Amino acid sequence: MADVTFTVDGKKLTAPAGTLLIEACRAHGIEIPAFCYYPGLSLQAACRMCVVRIEKVPKLQTACTTPVAEGMVVTTESPEIAQARKATIELLLGNHPLDCPVCDAGGECELQDMTFKYGAHESKFADIKNHRDEQQWSPVVFFDRPRCILCYRCVRVCGEGMDVWALGIQNRGSGSVIAPNQQDHLDCEECGMCIDICPVGALTSGAYRYKTRPWEMSHVGTVCTHCADGCKTTLGVRRASDGMEIVRGDNRDKSGINGDFLCIKGRYAFDFANRDDRLTKPLLRQPNGEFKPVPWDEAIEFAGKRLREIRDSRGGSSIGVIGSNRTTNEEAYLLQKFARTVLGTNNIDHHRTADYPAFAAALAGISDASLRDFASAKAVLLLGNDPTEQHPGLAWQLRTGVRLRGLHLYVANHQNIKLRRQAAAFLQIREGDYAPLIAYLAGNDSALDGNGEAKAFREAIRAEESLLIVFGAEFRGRDIEALVQFGSSLPSVKFACLGDYANSRGAADMGLYPDLLPGYIPITASAQFAQEYGPSLPSQPGLDLLQMFDAARRGELAALYIVGSNPVARYNLDPAALRNTFIIAQDLFLTETARLADVVFPAANLYEKSGTVTNTFGDLQLVRKAADRAGARTDFELIVRLAAAMGANVKQLVPFEHRGVRADMGQARGAQSGEADRHGVWLAAHHLEPKLSPFDPFAILDEMQRLIPAYNVPRLDLLVGNDQHSRSGPASGLVQIQTAAARRDLVLPSSDTLFTSGTLGRYSSTLSSVLESREPAETAAD
Amino acid sequence: MSTQPAQPGTIFSPTLAARFDRLVTLYPVKRSALVPMLLYAQDEIGYVSDAVIAEVAARIGITELDVRNVVSYYSLLRTKPAGKYHVQVCTNISCMLRGGNEILDHCKKKLGIPNKGVTPDGVFSLEEVECIGACSWGPAAQVNYAFHENLTPESMDQVLADYRAKAQNGGGK
Ligand code: SF4
Ligand code: SF4
Ligand code: SF4
Ligand code: FES
Ligand code: FES
Repeated sequence: MADVTFTVDGKKLTAPAGTLLIEACRAHGIEIPAFCYYPGLSLQAACRMCVVRIEKVPKLQTACTTPVAEGMVVTTESPEIAQARKATIELLLGNHPLDCPVCDAGGECELQDMTFKYGAHESKFADIKNHRDEQQWSPVVFFDRPRCILCYRCVRVCGEGMDVWALGIQNRGSGSVIAPNQQDHLDCEECGMCIDICPVGALTSGAYRYKTRPWEMSHVGTVCTHCADGCKTTLGVRRASDGMEIVRGDNRDKSGINGDFLCIKGRYAFDFANRDDRLTKPLLRQPNGEFKPVPWDEAIEFAGKRLREIRDSRGGSSIGVIGSNRTTNEEAYLLQKFARTVLGTNNIDHHRTADYPAFAAALAGISDASLRDFASAKAVLLLGNDPTEQHPGLAWQLRTGVRLRGLHLYVANHQNIKLRRQAAAFLQIREGDYAPLIAYLAGNDSALDGNGEAKAFREAIRAEESLLIVFGAEFRGRDIEALVQFGSSLPSVKFACLGDYANSRGAADMGLYPDLLPGYIPITASAQFAQEYGPSLPSQPGLDLLQMFDAARRGELAALYIVGSNPVARYNLDPAALRNTFIIAQDLFLTETARLADVVFPAANLYEKSGTVTNTFGDLQLVRKAADRAGARTDFELIVRLAAAMGANVKQLVPFEHRGVRADMGQARGAQSGEADRHGVWLAAHHLEPKLSPFDPFAILDEMQRLIPAYNVPRLDLLVGNDQHSRSGPASGLVQIQTAAARRDLVLPSSDTLFTSGTLGRYSSTLSSVLESREPAETAAD
Repeated sequence: MSTQPAQPGTIFSPTLAARFDRLVTLYPVKRSALVPMLLYAQDEIGYVSDAVIAEVAARIGITELDVRNVVSYYSLLRTKPAGKYHVQVCTNISCMLRGGNEILDHCKKKLGIPNKGVTPDGVFSLEEVECIGACSWGPAAQVNYAFHENLTPESMDQVLADYRAKAQNGGGK
């Protein structure tokens, strides 16, 4: 729209016609107070805090509902306005307890700030305040009625933003009260958006309430460890007796791809990190079959020695390695390099949640979509998956796009997924009909016989000028190829493939495959890698996960190194199968898998380390160390130490002294708990200069960027925390030569819901308590 | 009104259910039928029960929470059973100046119940209300849908006596 020019507080400003005055002022650094106004939500005009004087208009006007107009002359601060705002606050405080010293929001409360600013703390009301006890509405949401200032932000964000509509307003006038959908409790998605958006301390969370004060925490921006959307989360951490504990998560600064959105997992399911049953001491199985906690050196020496013996006597091919969906790229990269060059095996795999190799092969030049692309897309075709449950961040983007930008959403699914409510067209298909659907969309009229709505659906899609196609794990191998082929026939198209966990994409990109090197380079075409890694690189594809288990059953798998993975539970593996295998497990908890191990190393989680992760859209983001648990070590450090204990050349594994290595010299490490010292001690013991540590994940980033051109994104942008879309296309990276059809389909979607997150999710008390609170209701409904 | 065949799965009489079927088609958005539906439902069931809320929500296609938001807004919608004869005494300004409060107090004493109470036999309930639009003839009271004007304690006694007699004879509302 055309720009208009207007004057605010004597300054000439311009903004596109139709812009709200409050937004236009904010854009120019003029702050207008507002309680009920919230960008992106419908206008409420309930609080009257934003009143301004507009020349030639008789009364004060609400800046949150007034669009700018040519020649408008506005005053935003004057004695008259201050008086009006003061009166508004006085009314709000009529029944407000002003218990800031004990209120959860104290120190970051918008009402507190405004009361300070306009000085309405003295009241003319003599009436006794009407106290109501706080109520718990769900394991997550608590409500303190007297503190509520009826701004309706919570009601709107839950309804409009989340499409849950769980909050309402009952009664009227001064008796109005926010009410949950089940009269005395909530049945909702437990996202905590309402709590986050509440300008005061009326809505509080079970996780954070009354634990600390905002100024007592350090705030570290990092990436959520749960699903594969890669939401940015700011963790509030504070010192605890055994490290730094996480007390809350939010994204109030809207710094990431997710804006201020987080689902329950990103916002509250960090609590696994603080659990008492975390592993904090290495465990060594004794001859009597029991675990005994032992010092680190003993455990690492023992494990390293055994691995070396096994490698030297039975060969690298008798050793298997299983990587993780939640470790950093650097760790995944290092793990495969360790497996291939130190253990001498290509027997490496991970729990695959999407067929990324087939996707990379099919793309060959067409770019895949960043999550950011969804924020500007005109049309999206969603095939399979249920983003509301499995990709809440993406679901938020899609809902927001439809609501605020008129995005056309097309959904084809075998289930009645919730996002159909936002869809311009929803096509219900049978579960096995995803491949025929693509054939149909591509022009084969008989492929979807009997589906009367398919024709209109196809025509609508074909009429779109540009399209973003996003698909779930229903598509693998050939189906992905066919889908990409169909998409390429459209004028302008981008694709996104949905995997399940924080770094599932990274694990795939980093080559946690028996037949693929980092960047999906077939093991048989490894010339460049051989140059970097040396001649020790085995040239034959190794065993995949299931083959490793088979080998173990036959007694042919002498050792298995499992990093951050619980295959025993995930693949329902009979423990007896691993009876004759020497197992090293690295994990946070004594999982079903770790219980079978001979050596268990307590590992740090994604919130306790630095590095990078890649979300399922290929967006590369920096992970910053926020928390710390005494006793746990990062997977990176553990791999390096294990290699050292095996007698490997650590400098070869992590080129930390390599000429030209650009590293961050520790600033990404975090030194809250004497960690820097530990590095120093190790370096001194190995007669190395304390310049750059081999435990520094950035020491290996150069090599990664060299070998995987897709990851060669600007380093500075990465370090300051901007998400960087990895570049695909044949010239720059992610090339795969082998055809998808030749590979075995080992994708096992985890089918997580909003309230589960694989093994890790089971250790979150927030998620468990939500699941428990729902059980009776769900059985009743059956 | 013609009798309608019973509808399965409804708590309302066939006539009312049929009326609701039509009501939701009358407005550009179904939601506009909400308040009339609630009023009719209250007349038939006696109050807006949980079952009423559930069925009305389903008929309109909104959440029960939405229905509750509206029910709680209007004081003329009640969520608890009232007496057979619901006595609403106006104490708004015109009636107040002409003795509305006295009429209310008199009713309380006579019926032995407080504001918003129901007599143990379920015949009467009492409520203090704002202006009912009979200001020219205040003090005024409304019993169910019938108006009683220019009241005095004595004439109020008569009004109550008439209704009690009606109730004893098994009379309707
Ligand atoms: S937690 Fe989320 S879904 Fe639940 S009431 Fe709040 S905003 Fe709505
Ligand atoms: S609970 Fe908070 S967000 Fe909701 S209306 Fe009250 S003050 Fe506003
Ligand atoms: S949507 Fe995914 S990445 Fe975002 S907060 Fe939820 S689990 Fe974490
Ligand atoms: S912010 Fe404008 S009225 Fe509340
Ligand atoms: S004041 Fe009583 S009817 Fe209007």
